[in-house]
Amino acid sequence: MNKNYFEVKRAGINTTFQDQGRGNLYHIGIPFSGAMDNRNFQISNKLVGNELNSPSIEFAYQGPLLKYFGDKINFAITGDVKFVVRKKNNNIVGNCYQSFTLENDDELDIISTNKSVYGYLAVSGEFDIDYQWSSCSVNTKANIGANNGKKIEDAQKIYISKINNNLSDKKLNYTNTKIENIRVIQGTNFDYFSDQGKSFFFEKEFIVSKLSDRMGMRLEGPKIENIVDTNIKSEGLIKGVIQVPADGNPIIMLSDHGTIGGYPKIAVVISADYDKLVQLTPGSKIKFKKVELADAETLFKLYDLETENLISQI
Amino acid sequence: MIKNISNLGDAALYCDFGSDVNKEINSRVIRYFKSIQKENIDGINNLTPSYNKLIVSFDLKKKNFQTIKKLIENLNVIDSDELASNKIKIPVCCDEKFSLDIKRLEEKLKINRDKIYQKFFGKEFFCYMTGFIAGMPFLGDLEKEMRANRLETPRVKVPKGSVGLTEQFANVYTFESPGGWNIIGNTPLVIFDGSKENNPNLINPGDKVIFEQITKDQHNNYYE
Repeated sequence: MNKNYFEVKRAGINTTFQDQGRGNLYHIGIPFSGAMDNRNFQISNKLVGNELNSPSIEFAYQGPLLKYFGDKINFAITGDVKFVVRKKNNNIVGNCYQSFTLENDDELDIISTNKSVYGYLAVSGEFDIDYQWSSCSVNTKANIGANNGKKIEDAQKIYISKINNNLSDKKLNYTNTKIENIRVIQGTNFDYFSDQGKSFFFEKEFIVSKLSDRMGMRLEGPKIENIVDTNIKSEGLIKGVIQVPADGNPIIMLSDHGTIGGYPKIAVVISADYDKLVQLTPGSKIKFKKVELADAETLFKLYDLETENLISQI
Repeated sequence: MIKNISNLGDAALYCDFGSDVNKEINSRVIRYFKSIQKENIDGINNLTPSYNKLIVSFDLKKKNFQTIKKLIENLNVIDSDELASNKIKIPVCCDEKFSLDIKRLEEKLKINRDKIYQKFFGKEFFCYMTGFIAGMPFLGDLEKEMRANRLETPRVKVPKGSVGLTEQFANVYTFESPGGWNIIGNTPLVIFDGSKENNPNLINPGDKVIFEQITKDQHNNYYE
């Protein structure tokens, strides 16, 4: 049996198993899911010597408090996160982007994220969890993925079936940068909005609302007026699409989004800006900046190269 | 057969088959969807067929808009046989605690609830697509007098099993989810079963569906 495990003393706010998600299921209504901030997810795995797509634990705002039982294991936390390792005789204040060792009876307290939403915990081993459609990623709305498709809960145990043998210390010099300007490509229903609505969209500030989660980010700001029809015939969505319902408040589709929607699409967030978008906390200010498809493709290449470069430094 | 292909963001193709919603256009979309699915093109990571659009999502690390567009344009899609079809009955309870928007609908449609139920139950619907949330069927068509717009501000939580109407369509919320449809009742039937990896959806595009009214007791005791 698994002799290595965490006992969950405090689950945190929204703590789930995630990998890179599951594709090719939009047509039956199942979104990608997967780690919200893919760069930080991949880096967490590299820091503990795992495959880049290994399951890690994603948490939002407040992370879990975990007591560890078992053989020595390494872990790493990425994002902008405050955490402490409590050992028998001393406490170690943790740093993100650095591997640490846990021994039997140690406690890992992931206290909170700093001015960001998501953080990642990877361990040098394999979590003993179920896969559904070849991914562990948890979608709590549809109860799909590991842990019966549910958040990690207080008092449960998280088993580790296999620990990597060669534990080596790893570190990366990296600081998350915040963005206020979100770059977008015009959406397929851009012409549904009034001239004033269009100019408000690109000129005014929007505030990230509290009603934001893994499915979507609601925004507050000037109302975007629709002059054609506040409904369209329902059609497919992808992450990053910005829909504007009749009340004029934009909603950005995030990783657990509904696969089909019937509100006009004013714009789509470019792939290069997605990881940073999801880290914006409620109350953050956003401004949208228009780019063309060719620019978005170049920006993604640069972002992807930068991610690969960071990973190769570890 | 595709009227126009444009880009939806930087990692998806937006294939437009027309603006009307009818079975003919929808069948065309579904045939394209099945043909592309069969090709198993490296880099395509999702296909979303809907009434009259097909969205082809791809991995921007492997492909880009132009390369996928060319592949889709050069695809030879043959009009195949009629779509396979099952007939499914859905029990629905319209007790007050379930029919969240019936008052709103009476006002929007200017017909009373008895008439609304009469026009809704026993009628045969056609499944155009599934999605939004896992397994949710989009069923048409409602008569002209029964067509209402979505709620102005979508609900943050629509209860699981809710049966909703909007425009010419009916649907079933297979999970608790945000949503803007006018809710008239609730079904105890499981429409999506995620433990079935191969065929989790009870209702699939092309299927025929009939709603049947049940009482509160029948709803409560459905699985006993």
